[in-house]
Amino acid sequence: MALPTLVTEHWYDLRDLSNLSREILEGADKILPHGIVYVLAALIGFVASFLIFVLPSQLIVGVYGERKLIGRMQSRYGPNRVGPFGLLQPIADAIKLMQKEALTPKGADRAVMYLAPIIFVAPAVLLFAVIPFGPKMILADINPALLYFLAVSSLPVLAAFMAGWSANNKYSLFGAMRIVAMSISYEVPLVLALLGVVLFTGTTSLQEMVLWQKHFDIWIVFLQPLALAIYFIAVSAELNRTPTDIAEAESEIVAGYLTEYSGMKWGLFYGMDIGYALAASAFAATVFLGGWSMFGLDKWVPPWMIIIGKTHLFYFVFIWTRGTLPRLRIDQLMAFAWKFMLPVALLNLVLVATERMLWVEQELDDSYLYIFAVVNIWAALGAIWAWSRFLGYRPERNPVRARLVNEAGGYVPVPEAAKGGK
Amino acid sequence: MEGFGVNFAFWTLSAVTLGAAGGVVVSRNLLHAVLFLILAFIGVAGFFVLLSAEFIAMAQVIIYVGAISVLVLFAVLLTPRAGRDNGETAMALPALLLAIAVATVFIFVVNDTNWTTVAKSPELATAELGTALLSTWVLPFELASVLLTAALVGAIMLVRSREEEAEDALA
Repeated sequence: MALPTLVTEHWYDLRDLSNLSREILEGADKILPHGIVYVLAALIGFVASFLIFVLPSQLIVGVYGERKLIGRMQSRYGPNRVGPFGLLQPIADAIKLMQKEALTPKGADRAVMYLAPIIFVAPAVLLFAVIPFGPKMILADINPALLYFLAVSSLPVLAAFMAGWSANNKYSLFGAMRIVAMSISYEVPLVLALLGVVLFTGTTSLQEMVLWQKHFDIWIVFLQPLALAIYFIAVSAELNRTPTDIAEAESEIVAGYLTEYSGMKWGLFYGMDIGYALAASAFAATVFLGGWSMFGLDKWVPPWMIIIGKTHLFYFVFIWTRGTLPRLRIDQLMAFAWKFMLPVALLNLVLVATERMLWVEQELDDSYLYIFAVVNIWAALGAIWAWSRFLGYRPERNPVRARLVNEAGGYVPVPEAAKGGK
Repeated sequence: MEGFGVNFAFWTLSAVTLGAAGGVVVSRNLLHAVLFLILAFIGVAGFFVLLSAEFIAMAQVIIYVGAISVLVLFAVLLTPRAGRDNGETAMALPALLLAIAVATVFIFVVNDTNWTTVAKSPELATAELGTALLSTWVLPFELASVLLTAALVGAIMLVRSREEEAEDALA
């Protein structure tokens, strides 16, 4: 597919930052000895990504914005002491964490406990390699980019397991086992939901998915709302976001696999939780919300700004669910994954396969996509409604006022003492 | 395979994979052995990337690292006395013999195969792989899924308790 965009090749065209970096690197390659330019490219990439993405997203939106928003949702102020509006709070937190002593329990497996935070950090950085930030702003434009994302995002589970097991603490071990069980359960509906997207677009490359959505002027979220819902719930379960964070549920198992961590080792886990949530948001924005394309607006606004905006829109929903929903129990979450999400995801897959077959075999024109979109939105609502009814959830039967057991049709044997016998 | 980078990557990956595989055998703690095994799997995925078979590399990481190792970890955790010293087990000698036998077969096959090289590495597209799996190789593909289903049913049958079966008989 051609790239219908106004972006030129000039270095001053900041709508695609790869132009600028390419000019710098090509200029440097003429002066410097061979090979040094790769080191320079890594340095430039690090500094640029820090300035454009990590600083605003991770520190200001991720740490400060999340705490502030959750504070407002829970009727309190949130951080407001350090700096103007409390904006320097993340930096103060980081300084505090670095000063704290990172304790290691006596009976712990020292090597594994030391390695776990490091292994936890690396995949969070690697995940962003395949996210397209613009027509050419993509680090690794590999064909199985979607699979790469799934593969790399399965690594932090191992790190969390190592953290929980090595601490030699029962609560940590519970947390570790819970996170492993959750990731195994929720991986299945997640992959099935994404399989529907792959089936419809016919590619596993994220850049081509964005181009597909740009070409047909429709976002995949309209075509497959059910897939987005399943992806969102499954990914928030895998990432331990609050409604589903049973692996570190502080009211049940202290802090789960983080119980024995302190100082910057804990800080790495905390910071990278935000990193993973941002990566999952960027992935969802790319696959479901059209990535860097915006119905033609990407000719005028820099595409990298569009995708960062969409990422934060998605991240806001993460914060929202975190601030408003109560935590679920592990049996509820497990039952939800296997009994609800898996059948619904399979249904979605069958529906998508049928539509794709009709679309390709009958050679229907592109306007049928809008019909598919309407059908799929209704099918999604219908599937959720029907399947939850089938599983026995009937909201209209929930009493609006408290009723006596006898009134509700139940029977409670009257205790002997209340009868006044003996 | 040309260039310093590819050679460096090959030898580093070889060292990591072989070292991790050695660690699996040598380490006394079962969980350490599993962690070494995961490192070896990741090293093998790196070899697939070097051979520009990205899809297989990703599948290797998803299936072996993401699913199978995690299941192995679970199995080890749920085994009583998993953390004890596993140095003296009666299976050491049979395992060694089996390993030697497998290694002999592999060396024989590697020596016997005619390794034709092509000038340009072929681009293995995911779509072509899928088409091949569902046309030429559809029988082994379907057989594998039947095997997996059988394993699934078998596992459920093995772990069912007597009480559950009695409950089902009543219902």
